[in-house]
Amino acid sequence: MTVQDLDPSAAAGAVVDDVLADLDGSHRGVVVDSPPGAGKSTLVVRAAGHLAAAGERLMIVAQTNEQVDDLIERIAAEHPALTVGRLSAAGYLPPDRVLACPSVKVAQKADDLADRAVVIATAAKWATLSDGSWPWAIVDEAYQMRSDMLLRIAGRFERALFVGDPGQLDPFSSVEVERWAGLTWDPMRSAVAVLLAHNPELPVHRLPVSWRLPASAAPVVSRAFYPFTGFRSGTGPGDRRLEYGAGGMGTSYDHALDEAARSGWALYELPARHALRTDAEAVQATAALAVRVLQRGPVAHSERGSQPVRADRIAIGAAHRDQVAAIRAALGPHGTGITVDTANRLQGREYDVTVVLHPLSGRRDATAFHLESGRLCVLTSRHRHACLVVARAGIPELLDAHPSAEPVRLGVPVRFPDGWEANQAILAHLAQHRVAAHA
Amino acid sequence: MSALAALARLEAVDARRAVPIATVRHCHLADAPLVLIPLRLAGEAAAPLAVMLGTDRADPTLLAVPQPRNRDLRFAFAAELAKVVLEHVEASRGAAEELPPAKDGTERVRYTEAPQVIVPNTGGVAFLRLLGRSTRFRSTEGPHAVEPSVPALGRWATWFAERHDRPGSSLLLAATEALRLHWATGQSALEDGNLAALLGWIDPPDGLDGPAAAARAEDPVRCPPAGPATDPTFDNEVLAPAVAAYDATDGDPRAEERVRAALAGQLTPTWDLVWHAMDLLRALPEGASVPRRWERDRDAFTLFHQTFAEGVPQARRDTAVAAARRLHALERAQDAYDAQRAFDDPLVMAEHRLNGQAFGGVVTEADPTRLDESGKRPKLRPRVRVATEDPVRLDAGTAVCSAERPALKGRIVEYGTGGVLVELTGGLGRKLVPEPGTVPAPGDRVCFTSLTDASFGPARFPEREDTPWTHGGPPAEYVPSDADAAEEWS
Amino acid sequence: MTDTAPALDRLRAGAPPRNHDARTIAALTANPGCARRGLLDAAGVDKDAVARHLGFGTPFGQSQFAITRGNAFEAQVKADGCAELLALLRDRLGLDVGEVGYDDLDDEGGREFRHARTRKLLARALDDAQGTLFDHPLLRLDIGGTPAYLEPDVIAFQLAGRFHVVEIKSFAVVDGQAEPEQVAAAARQAAVYVLALRELVADLGHDPQRVSHEVFLVCPENFSNRPSATPLDVRPQLAVLRRQLDRLTRVDAILNGLPPDLSFALDDGLGAAVRTVEARYAPDCAAGCELAYFCRDEARACGATGALGRGVRDDLGGVDTVEAALDLARGAADPPAELAETAALLRTAARLRAEALGGAA
Repeated sequence: MTVQDLDPSAAAGAVVDDVLADLDGSHRGVVVDSPPGAGKSTLVVRAAGHLAAAGERLMIVAQTNEQVDDLIERIAAEHPALTVGRLSAAGYLPPDRVLACPSVKVAQKADDLADRAVVIATAAKWATLSDGSWPWAIVDEAYQMRSDMLLRIAGRFERALFVGDPGQLDPFSSVEVERWAGLTWDPMRSAVAVLLAHNPELPVHRLPVSWRLPASAAPVVSRAFYPFTGFRSGTGPGDRRLEYGAGGMGTSYDHALDEAARSGWALYELPARHALRTDAEAVQATAALAVRVLQRGPVAHSERGSQPVRADRIAIGAAHRDQVAAIRAALGPHGTGITVDTANRLQGREYDVTVVLHPLSGRRDATAFHLESGRLCVLTSRHRHACLVVARAGIPELLDAHPSAEPVRLGVPVRFPDGWEANQAILAHLAQHRVAAHA
Repeated sequence: MSALAALARLEAVDARRAVPIATVRHCHLADAPLVLIPLRLAGEAAAPLAVMLGTDRADPTLLAVPQPRNRDLRFAFAAELAKVVLEHVEASRGAAEELPPAKDGTERVRYTEAPQVIVPNTGGVAFLRLLGRSTRFRSTEGPHAVEPSVPALGRWATWFAERHDRPGSSLLLAATEALRLHWATGQSALEDGNLAALLGWIDPPDGLDGPAAAARAEDPVRCPPAGPATDPTFDNEVLAPAVAAYDATDGDPRAEERVRAALAGQLTPTWDLVWHAMDLLRALPEGASVPRRWERDRDAFTLFHQTFAEGVPQARRDTAVAAARRLHALERAQDAYDAQRAFDDPLVMAEHRLNGQAFGGVVTEADPTRLDESGKRPKLRPRVRVATEDPVRLDAGTAVCSAERPALKGRIVEYGTGGVLVELTGGLGRKLVPEPGTVPAPGDRVCFTSLTDASFGPARFPEREDTPWTHGGPPAEYVPSDADAAEEWS
Repeated sequence: MTDTAPALDRLRAGAPPRNHDARTIAALTANPGCARRGLLDAAGVDKDAVARHLGFGTPFGQSQFAITRGNAFEAQVKADGCAELLALLRDRLGLDVGEVGYDDLDDEGGREFRHARTRKLLARALDDAQGTLFDHPLLRLDIGGTPAYLEPDVIAFQLAGRFHVVEIKSFAVVDGQAEPEQVAAAARQAAVYVLALRELVADLGHDPQRVSHEVFLVCPENFSNRPSATPLDVRPQLAVLRRQLDRLTRVDAILNGLPPDLSFALDDGLGAAVRTVEARYAPDCAAGCELAYFCRDEARACGATGALGRGVRDDLGGVDTVEAALDLARGAADPPAELAETAALLRTAARLRAEALGGAA
């Protein structure tokens, strides 16, 4: 029997068992690729318990303070007997959810946490340590960590589990330098890319099931952004439903909402026009759609039961910070509590309903930034129920006219999926769920 | 690019000449920089054809290789070039200024001056980089011995090129880049890469406007390319016959003079252009942070100069640790440079005002003696309200500082129709009443920004012998080998 | 495609279609949004001749120093049945290249004959899976309905049952890196050969995947004449090339909007004829299209913001002309609703510029 034949839980469980078995083996490192919502955090929490149960002192590396606190909360809940240390910078104020965990101790010096079975901190904090060594580390969001950061912290551990999503945005730098192109240790590349370039024998596992994405989204996202590895949804076609308490008023917004509830997707299409990035019409539509969702009293039915979708379960995503600022301003008091952020900052987050301002909407020319597949992947894979995309018409023509004269550097592996192809794949799917503005 | 930069280009199109995009000069200009214009043999990576160089505008030195395929002539050329460059380095260091000792007690000095090299364009920088690469590993003994100055030139050329990568460094400037930092033309960035066309827009000759001067500059017969690539027509019709004649006469001095004259004809117009570019830049007042950045350049120069004797040639490629260190240094330099330019220059700050990270306006209300008494001890927290037309995109709570006086710090309280309310938190003196003149008064023009000039501290990196297994473990030590010295240069 | 062929022939006004080579085919991918270029290329119009006739000939010649160097390098790599190349692949890349047959297809009659012979030798190699080098093979690729003959200076050899294209270039690879633009150009050309070779292999009844997407780039190493070989993955270039060749067969859409008697004959009406077809000029056109200077002149004459760069035009929110954008910035025109935002931004930008420059004066 192959993994594909198993039911989703069994398939995912088999991979997790393999990962834990590898931790007991002799590998110096283990890599786990996790597509959106595939249970990455659950794996980290389980692996932490597994290693701690074996009596190994463990360090955990996350990328942001918020991610650290999320992990602490889950580990403390899952393994209440485990002593956890939270290593932090001087300015850090532990939130209530961390203070509420009796097994957690917060300190600024590693020495003060020497008695802790598990010590958690951001990569930036770990990089300030010049001594101390842990037999095991778990590095979370390892594809979003730059390899120069791994270089700075790798001296602190002997062996490590690297977990992350290869389809999301690559790390970036504020400087443009070509001098390291083709080097296996290029500091601009992701930690996992460099790790595997030097240690090609390390086992790489793939979590096969997205528990977040509904059956309507998993195949679309998988084909567009994970064409070689693929994944499936943990729930079946009828398992999730989005319903509105209030009926629509027949506006085009309502049509888009209804389409999204019915199919999990909607493309709210504005007339073709070249516009500024902060295209007022598109910004207005994006904010209005999110507010409209909220106003119609949505209820999400899923394997977790039936729950109203409140503002904190709705997110709006955009490519640029100025767009985010404009959308926030446009939301107004009716949209209070709705998350609005850039793709970079939405990485790793999960919502019931998302509204996305398409990065290519209104552009005259597609740039590499706009075409980066990871950006669209993040934006279209945050939702449990439905994703509404706002765009001006004309993106297919824009892609069609995109000149492909990217320079090529020797020895740099070709990046897949290609942003152009991924964008086409998503657009082709969205075209089936198109609602024209101002019906 | 931004709308502000785009608008400047439109204005230039309309005015038919370039418009300023800076009000001060953001690069250092030495009193006597070494202008260096290289030409390369077509089809080769870094085979030098000629260099025109010197610190005196009226007296350029021309070095040329009469038969560029001849290896011995090439090394002889490299030795001559080395002599001029190394003399410039030694002549430009000024005195050694004693600094307070470092924390670990070691003595520190800094040269009061540093050598500056100016090339016409980024191609010139790339040429210096490759020239450095092709000469720094040469051995001064054994079967492929070269003059000791040749590998020294290689190490200096490499050092200059690497400093050029660092944002804000002025040790090696490309004239086109320096000009583009200060003026916007009515042509595209690609076309701005042509020094003659760029200068044509900025300062067109009498009787011509920018577009006409730029059009003229694109004709290689009237304006030979600024190198390092030569005009193919010149190669085929002038240079090749001259080189052939040199070969045919077995190196006759008159034949050599013919090659040199041909090359001088190609180089002289660019020589004049680079000096012209410097005149234009020198006419701008120097930005306030320029001396501080030049001081960093002098530090780097002092270190390199003082450790030159015991140093080894720079590695072909960075090791993992060296790469990570360098990236960190470059990112810090970039952040500092971006912030400093904005603080130095209202026209650069205008970019940040347009994208909402800064705002300027007139103070309408001020409460200079306001105290925050919510804590154990009262704190001086004056508030000012600033009326602004700028599109502010700063959330409440964002830390800001004054563009005119960055020591004056505050945070955004609210932003509404009445303007932006800023609570001041620092730069007011130590007492519970502000020092006179620190709090802006109603009617004052102010500008606040979320940019900061304060860089994050230097990061900690492993030693190269501690390179972790994730990055392939410690790299092998560099050992000079005969293979380095024997590397062909053909 | 047969529908448009007569129309395309007419556009050339009786002139023979220009011969495509790998470089010109690769250049088709440079600015696919340009209708002018798409149509002229599909019709096989000699754009260089058109540009020269219009007074915008590009002065690009090649320096004889570069030509000499390139030829010498290629000859050196191929000397003695590609002895240096084989040594390179075996020793430097550690490839298990077994006994190799070498076939030079040069000087063997006309193009059809050489292509037929290439085909025959390739068929044999596909069947017996022997390592085989072909020097001067002649491939064929259908470009918008017209066959183009391609002459890889290049050689295909078999490794583990797959053919690899070898591309010989005379630019230097220094410490493992070369000029990224030159590598990209080489990758695009090699992709053309891979595609042509795949079509031939498929035509011979074999799996086209037997032609690898990994090509070998052979260049001088560092500052020497010694060759180095670097593997290069051309999958992205292949995907782009396929897309754009596919588009060429869609020129009927462009043709439909044009006067039926349009032709690009080299006569007095040429300028007007060329202007009939819309261009999408951008400054980087100069790197890949003979008409670039003509289109630049046209774009500048009508004050197109695109002439200042793609980024500039995008920053202006799609305002197409300099004059219109400046009017918005100066508040001279009452902007239509769809330009209100751009107008507000440009006015703010103009105010900030004036403020900063005024303050300095």
